[in-house]
Amino acid sequence: MKYVARFGRFWYDFIVGDDWTVAVVVIIAMALTTFLAHHGRNPWFLLPAAVALTLTWSVWRVARQHARKRT
Amino acid sequence: MHDLLVVAAAFAASAVEMVEALTIVLAVGMTRGWRSAGWGVAAALAALGVIVVVLGPALSEIPIDALRLVVGTLLLIFGLQWLRKAVLRATGLKAKHDEDAIYAEEVAQLRADGRRPTHDWYAFTVAFKGVFLEGLEVAFIVVTIGGAQHSVGLAALGALGALVVVLIAGIKVHAPLSRVPENTLKFAVGVMLTSFGIFWGAEGAGVSWPGAEASLLVVIAFVVALSFGLVALLRTVAPEELAAS
Repeated sequence: MKYVARFGRFWYDFIVGDDWTVAVVVIIAMALTTFLAHHGRNPWFLLPAAVALTLTWSVWRVARQHARKRT
Repeated sequence: MHDLLVVAAAFAASAVEMVEALTIVLAVGMTRGWRSAGWGVAAALAALGVIVVVLGPALSEIPIDALRLVVGTLLLIFGLQWLRKAVLRATGLKAKHDEDAIYAEEVAQLRADGRRPTHDWYAFTVAFKGVFLEGLEVAFIVVTIGGAQHSVGLAALGALGALVVVLIAGIKVHAPLSRVPENTLKFAVGVMLTSFGIFWGAEGAGVSWPGAEASLLVVIAFVVALSFGLVALLRTVAPEELAAS
């Protein structure tokens, strides 16, 4: 059981990494894109927009934490 | 065009993982002897071979759109993680990957366990674990990048090219490949994985890209501009302003 947990942990760290919110945003954006594409829309802009938002938010939070420690 | 990008992305991503595996194997070989380290490497490669042989053909059975949706999602999550770390490294918010420091740390740990029996299981295990775990990452990259195009062979070709280059460099230098621009490579790999993830994920979801295949280049340009923009922004904003945000 310990080895299974370690193996799972390895894949979690490898794919999801330090910020799980990025993975959540990607999954929601992908689900929304699929839903809209199957209901007569062509939301090609949705994933790039989600990437821009989640990446900016994720690095901004780290930068803010560092800045607060320093000031 | 796409084929070339698949090979290039698989090559760069695999090279990064292989440089990390080489550092571990060199540390084990130099401090505990090459015999047990060699057995560890061979056993790890055999285990990886079994995994790829079992999983590889199964991918061709999955419909391309379903595969692109799943693989695109995985690539996007995985690629964004690389890109996020690359942006943080470029702005000095995260320590850069230093193969010399990692090598020194491995050697110190290996020397601390002074036993050198005929069959050095410690050296075997460390070499096995290093190659197997980094190799699993290479296998994941090859299967996802290649799988989304139903061209695992092309991605495997890129990974094989990386193996040959890293192996030759390792034998020639006989030291950690600290002069490889690993952090720059990681930035480029993060951009490629994220772009592929956006493009294939959207196609798998049922989206038609304006400009069809050519839009992949626009997606890459967008991700590059976003990443460099973030680096520039974080370098210019004053800490007080950031802290107050």
